[in-house]
Amino acid sequence: MNDNSKTERSRRYLNPYVGGVLLGLVLLAANFIAGRGLGASGAVKSVVATTIQAVDKDAVNTMPFMAEYAQSHTGSPMRSWLVFEMMGVLVGGFLSGALAGRLKLKVEHSPKITSRRRLVFALAGGTLFGLGSQLGRGCTSGSALSGMAVLSLGGFITMMAIFGTAFALAYFFRRNWI
Amino acid sequence: MGPLAPYELISENTNFLLAFFIGIGFGFILESSGFSSSRKLAGIFYGYDTVVLKVFFTGAITCMIGLLLMSLFGWIDLDLVYVNPTYLTSAIVGGVIMGAGFIIGGFCPGTSFCGAAIGKIDAMVFIGGLFIGVYGFAFTYGLWEKLFMAKYLGEPKVSDSLGLSDGLFGLMLILAALGMFYVAEWAEKKWPRPEY
Repeated sequence: MNDNSKTERSRRYLNPYVGGVLLGLVLLAANFIAGRGLGASGAVKSVVATTIQAVDKDAVNTMPFMAEYAQSHTGSPMRSWLVFEMMGVLVGGFLSGALAGRLKLKVEHSPKITSRRRLVFALAGGTLFGLGSQLGRGCTSGSALSGMAVLSLGGFITMMAIFGTAFALAYFFRRNWI
Repeated sequence: MGPLAPYELISENTNFLLAFFIGIGFGFILESSGFSSSRKLAGIFYGYDTVVLKVFFTGAITCMIGLLLMSLFGWIDLDLVYVNPTYLTSAIVGGVIMGAGFIIGGFCPGTSFCGAAIGKIDAMVFIGGLFIGVYGFAFTYGLWEKLFMAKYLGEPKVSDSLGLSDGLFGLMLILAALGMFYVAEWAEKKWPRPEY
């Protein structure tokens, strides 16, 4: 009994305000050390640039978007701050999940929908997010969160566009979540 | 005196190593706050779980206050801290596409890596989608280029755009966040759901 309640407590999530302050301190450390905020989609872009380069060295030069990126990163595109940071995210997420007993291979979805439907929507949503993050020059981490912390006008606008759109569309996708 | 890397007080390799440790902190905090669960994340859009709003705004405000104080004490040169440039059109259109991706896919890029780290298959598939989306953008860049570069405003701060000092805008942001937290606590009581 005692053991059970102990496990239950350890599996619970962190208080969101405490989590927020800690997140802010990590973001502050990133700005103090690297002079830049946190990010996520930039690491995906590095991997994409690297694979395009590996498959066809000339392809990068025929694609202006990638060529510009390759030029701004001397050496391999994988030698990027965000790539190292995102490797840390995988380790940190795993450690937290392991300590809280949340490591489990599963498809999480509302009981009203099938796993298959959840995965189709996950793929579609990921594709849209990937495309939007390139167009918007950063995702929720790099543009919205980090941008807001340095009071970037673009960061605030992107944040409002992301959350505003998701709220506006929430009604149409309610069956997937509630 | 910071920031350390732009001042070349630490080497590039040290900066990368520290990026890895900062990432561990980032991932650990996201996961322990529940950001590895898509149903928990999506809760903000239906009012049953507002953890996203609370963590996101508390985080941004904590960092903002920290930067303003460190600048005040002369510990950091804010001119060397990266401020995201503002391209008005792409900031809005990109944000709208990302918002659709968020409610459809249930994650954002950072949280999907957290979910994948603890074994969420839906998060792994979402990451697969991210790669498709980024490749897609790279291959169709010609179609987007005009929109991508339109309405470049430089690197304005929102406080300057509104004609306010950083401190006053910061205070207003804190008050707005407290107001939203109050509504969030009310919404969670009104539409309660079991923990996912």
